[in-house]
Amino acid sequence: MVIKMEENFKVIENYLMVKMPEEVDHHKSVYISKMADDYIMKEGVGNVVFDFEDTRFMDSSGIGIIIGRYKKISYFGGKVFAINTDTRIKRTLMICGLHKVIEIME
Amino acid sequence: METKNNTILRNEMEITFDAISVNEAFARVAVAAFVTPLNPTMEEVSDIKTAVSEAVTNAIIHGYDSEFDRENHREEKNQVYLHCIIEDDVLEVEVRDKGKGIENIEQAMEPLFTTKPELDRSGMGFAFMEAFMDDLEVNSGPGYGTSVVMKKKLGTTSWILQEE
Repeated sequence: MVIKMEENFKVIENYLMVKMPEEVDHHKSVYISKMADDYIMKEGVGNVVFDFEDTRFMDSSGIGIIIGRYKKISYFGGKVFAINTDTRIKRTLMICGLHKVIEIME
Repeated sequence: METKNNTILRNEMEITFDAISVNEAFARVAVAAFVTPLNPTMEEVSDIKTAVSEAVTNAIIHGYDSEFDRENHREEKNQVYLHCIIEDDVLEVEVRDKGKGIENIEQAMEPLFTTKPELDRSGMGFAFMEAFMDDLEVNSGPGYGTSVVMKKKLGTTSWILQEE
């Protein structure tokens, strides 16, 4: 099965939109982090938006993706957003205190 | 499977699989399927899947890391052992590896502590296992591998949700 992951990364003005997969775990996170970093470097975007619309599962690897990107772009004043988070994802993000550093929108 | 009045008293299963990241999803789905006869809530299934995913990921990326592979030239393949027992309404999951083991368990279990920040690890693995399961026990020593035993009583989440 070939999954075209590139379609899940879009640059809109100064924002990198990352469509998160159905299951966010360590197996998927390595690729997502690498791709996001490539886009941040290549396109020079300031902010990153993680879209959890399709996500039904996320473990701490997802937290690692977000914190890693936050460290990279917050240094230059950029912001990180998590959108379309269901109660489960929101709870996972809040256990780690991420609501204090990123913008979470349901 | 022993049953009495359609309720499961005791059920047990064991799986061994290669320590490769694609098996993280396989392990958590296998445990989720194993508990279905107990009619767990969606919330409980999510909790169990997250905890299993954390433990298996730890075994794969920390237990059998590249340093371990360099120093150990053994015949045996790097594998993860998953052992589940259902007793009444309690699920016990053991995730075990024969990897490098943990030197300082207390430090490893601290939230946000990680030995692999360069791999974008959040250091929240054990914290998640503790948050999503009722009981967590870690046995490990350098050179002996690691065993993580987690327990969860099913059928208790509804009131916790209401509280939130």
